[in-house]
Order: sequence, then C-alpha cells, then structure tokens
Amino acid sequence: MMINWKVLLGIAKTHLLTKMKSTVTAALGVTFGIGAYITLVSFMTGLNQMLDDLILNQTPHIHIYNEIEPSASQPVSIYDEFSEAWNIVHSIKPKQSQKKIHNALPVLTYLNKDNKVKGATAQVRTQIFYLSGSIELGGNLTGVNIEEEVRLSNMADYIVEGTYTDLMNNDNGILLGAGLAKKMSLKPGDRVQISTVDGNIFPLKIVGLYQSGISDIDNIQSFANIKTVQRILGEAQNYITDINIKLNDLTLAPEMAQKLEKQFNVKATDLNEANAQFETGSSIRNLITYAVSVTLLIVAGFGIYNILNMLIYEKMKDIAILKATGFSGTDVQLIFMSQAMIIGVIGGVIGLMIGYLLSRLIDQAAFETEALPTITTYPINYNPWYYVIGISFALVSTFIAGYFPSQRAKRIDPVRIIRGS
Amino acid sequence: MKPVKYHVLHDISFDIRSGEFVSIIGKSGSGKSTLLYILSTMDTEYDGQLYLNEELITGKKTTELSRIRNEHIGFVFQFHYLLSEFSVLENVMLPAKKLGKKSNTEIQNDALEKLSMLHIEHLADKKASRISGGEKQRVAIARALINNPTILMGDEPTGNLDSYNSENVLQIFKRLKEEQGLSLLIVTHDMDFAKRTDRIIEMEDGRILK
Repeated sequence: MMINWKVLLGIAKTHLLTKMKSTVTAALGVTFGIGAYITLVSFMTGLNQMLDDLILNQTPHIHIYNEIEPSASQPVSIYDEFSEAWNIVHSIKPKQSQKKIHNALPVLTYLNKDNKVKGATAQVRTQIFYLSGSIELGGNLTGVNIEEEVRLSNMADYIVEGTYTDLMNNDNGILLGAGLAKKMSLKPGDRVQISTVDGNIFPLKIVGLYQSGISDIDNIQSFANIKTVQRILGEAQNYITDINIKLNDLTLAPEMAQKLEKQFNVKATDLNEANAQFETGSSIRNLITYAVSVTLLIVAGFGIYNILNMLIYEKMKDIAILKATGFSGTDVQLIFMSQAMIIGVIGGVIGLMIGYLLSRLIDQAAFETEALPTITTYPINYNPWYYVIGISFALVSTFIAGYFPSQRAKRIDPVRIIRGS
Repeated sequence: MKPVKYHVLHDISFDIRSGEFVSIIGKSGSGKSTLLYILSTMDTEYDGQLYLNEELITGKKTTELSRIRNEHIGFVFQFHYLLSEFSVLENVMLPAKKLGKKSNTEIQNDALEKLSMLHIEHLADKKASRISGGEKQRVAIARALINNPTILMGDEPTGNLDSYNSENVLQIFKRLKEEQGLSLLIVTHDMDFAKRTDRIIEMEDGRILK
C-alpha cells in the first residue's frame, strides 16, 4: 500500500509547530550534543595533531648511525679447532672504533636515488662545551645541511630568531639553543666560544636561536653547518655520524630500516619503534573525546524519547481519530517517527553550525607558550569527516529515541480510547 | 491463569440495506457499542463473519481494514473528536487526503461543499478547538461524509448535545438518507431519536430482542 507522505508530514509538522516549546527543547538537546561533539573532537584532534607534529616533525622516519657495542662474535668462535669446545670469554669491551658511518657519502647518494625516499640528509653530531666568560656548559653541536633540514623536518618553524639562510651564508655561524642563550645571556650577533672534547677552542657567531619547545633539548642543542663541525673536529668531508631519512610513505619505515641495517652494516631505527608511546596517547585522547560525545548524545536521545512519549500521551485522542478515519498503525508510527527525524535533522544541522562557530572561536583564541614557539592560537582540526559522523550520530540517536514511542503509538487501540471517555 | 473467553455478544445476525436508517438501542452494557465497533472494523476480536458490499471483511489485514474504514465507513462519535490543532477545513479534508484519490483542490472543494450542506461553511478556517459543541458535531459529520462512504455509523452522536442540536443532527441524517441514499447505523439510548428511524434494533444482554 502506498504511503501518503505529504499528508503524514503535514500532520507531523502541525504537531511540532503547536508544541513549539517541546520541539525546541528536544532539538536543543540534539544541538547541544552535536555542537559539543564537533567542538570537542576538532579541538582534541587538533591538539593531538600538534603534539604529534611537535615530536614527529623533528624525528626522522629512519635514523642511521653507528652504535658502539661489543662485537657479537669473538675470534675464538671462528677458529675451527675450538668449535666443539665450551668457550668462555670474560669482560668483553666494545672495539675502539670510529663513530662515523662507513662509506657514508655513497650510502647517502644511494638513498637519495631511491624513489621511496623523500630525502636523506647527513649530520655530524658531537659533544662540546659552550664557553662564555667563566661559564662552561656541556652540550651537543650538530652539523647539518640546513637547507635539507628545512625541507625535510620543518626546521625553519623552530628557528625563533634569525633565519636559516643566515646560517647557510655564514661558515662560522651557529644556531644556538634558546635555553643556552638564556643561560649565558647571549643574543644573535654575539659570539660564543665552543670547546671540543679534545680541548680545541673555536669562536662562532650566533646567527639565530633554535627552540624546539622541549626544554631538555633547547638547553644543550645547537646547530651549525656540517662543514663547520667537520672542520672543528678536524675531520674530512666524508666524516658523517648520522643519516636521517624521510620516506614518502611512513608505513614502509620498519621494513626499510631492517633492510638498510643488513645492507650497510649500520644501526637503523625507525620512527614507529621510537614513538610508539605517541600513538597510545593519541588513541586515548580520541577515546575520551568519543566517550564524552556519546554520553552527550545519549542524554539528548533520552530527551527526545521523553518528549515524544509525552506528546503521544497527549495525542491519544488524535491517534484514535486518525485510526478511526482510516489511517493505519504504520501511518501513525510514521507521523511520530518523522517528528523525531525532523527534530534530529534540524537539531543536528544547527549543532554542526554551532560546533563550527565554536571551533572558529577557539581557533582565534590566543595560545602562546614558550614550549611551542610556532603556535599562536589553539589548534583546531577541521576534518569534514567529523561533520559527517556528527550528523549521522544525530540521525541514528533520534531514530532510536523516536522508534520506541512511535511503536507504542502504532499499537494504540482506538476503540479503547473512544469508548473510554 | 489463562484468560477466560467472555462473550459480550451472542447469536447476532442482521443486515442493513442501502439507504436504510437503522438505530440500535439498549441499556448500557447491552453490547450495542461493542457491536458497533465490530461492524466498524476497528474491533477484530469476534467469531463470525462481517460483510460489507457483499465482500467478506473478517480476517483481513489491519492495513486493509484501515483502508476499508477510510473509503467505505464514516464515523461520528459521542464526543465530537476533532483534531484540535487543525482548522475545520483541514479536519474534514484529512480522510480524503489519506485516501489520495483526488487532487488537493478537488478535496478542498468537496470539503467546502459538505460544510455548506451542513450550513457551517463560514467556520472553514476556524481552529477546531474554537467552535461550539453543536458545530463540532456537524464538522465531524462532514468529515465522516468526505469520502462518500457506503455507511455512516454513529456512537451516540447526539448524546452530548442539547435538544436543539440533537434535532438538527437528526434532520441532517434524514436528509442524507433521502437525498443521497446513504445507509445509517446509529447507536443511541434516546428513544425519541430511535422512533424516528426506519428500523430499531433493540438489544439486551448481548442479544437482539427484535
């Protein structure tokens, strides 16, 4: 049998309009739930994204270096005559070896030709002392190819004073850690003396300040051109201690790290290994967001359920008349279902708009912290998927909240009501 | 405990010819209303057979029964049940819109015609909750007639009206029978009303006396 939607929707509309107060209350419940969901999820995932970026941007997908570790096989185990014997070697120490990666330049060329690799860049890391007057601070100096670092790890975002081109153009330049600069009261343009572990002293010019937002790093870490560091250490151009690789597809990292370890006999760690805890943090924050949103929507759903139940109770006589004059139980159910769905759609759409507006508002709010130099306002993630999920949530919850009361309306016996009064 | 079957009605058998005005009378509890609601297809808990236009009604699905009520049976209650949030015109139009056989303008014309036949066309745009009791009952009759039913049934349609309005309703019923050949089946406990119909069915203890 055909359902005459126009008539049923007309009745639903009249019910909703004459019970404006209840309609608005029910719709507001949905609006509140969806608005809060959108705001929360946009804000939370925005924060997640920012925190992840904070760490991940500075972390290479694969890091290649030479680990100092004792050799796994001792000469005695190679000697055939002792192969059947029980060999015990006490007090094994790592072999005196160089920190540099063997054949680093060919490896680098090889990696940069690989089309899975977005970029591979060489670094020279060394321990130094910063000297300023009588102050002597321990720390790290990393020689970098600054142009590549800017391209691959957003390093420009973390240079708070000066620019990376200043470093590029200055052979004796240094990007000093912001924490260090504060401790030693130094500013760009000043000179700082550094001393190598061997005791050689070099003066360097501060061309800028580096601030990662992680104070443990900012208190010890500085950057210079790779050539500068090689010169300070008295090493040749092929002296490279670390290679950082960014891939086009992050998920290939573990597999590729393993391959590189075998191929070049180096130590290669991948990002997933190093940052497993960030994944956990993100997923727990997401879980909290969804738990809060679902709770809000369930509350809104109960509101709709109550209001429809009340409405059906008030409309008993109307339902009896409709049934007596030829409307079927299904027709009556559809009238009340469509009321629930109209409330859901209107409340949900307004909720999306309010969520968007609140997100915009938070997005504009000033958020300045020393720990995050590049952030000036609260981060917001405007992923359109959240809006799709939001409106689906609204429709599903109002459908469920409307279904049970409307089922009751469908089963109302008109004879009972007509004869009862 | 198993529910015990209790028969309100016994050995009921009668028919109504088209264009006949029949009234059912009896004391309260005599089963006259129960009988009416079975005949109206709203109550389906009975043994036996019910025919309308020589078509067996018993055992049909509820959606079909709804359609039969919509198309063939007009109903008038004691308490003029109108949808109070809708206008008089909308109340009258609703069953025809449900039937969906005519366009909206045709239905509106039909509805206005029924209202003017009952001399209440001036109320068309008023809200159903804003008119008097006698007027409400006439609107209910207009609604019952909108789909040109085979039979009009009434459950004490004058029970809640004063003598002036009761007389008015009776005159309307008689006119419908004479002018349009409508069959009418009216339950009442008003003997004066019953006496002026074509046939009286008197009931007591669930049986027809005569």
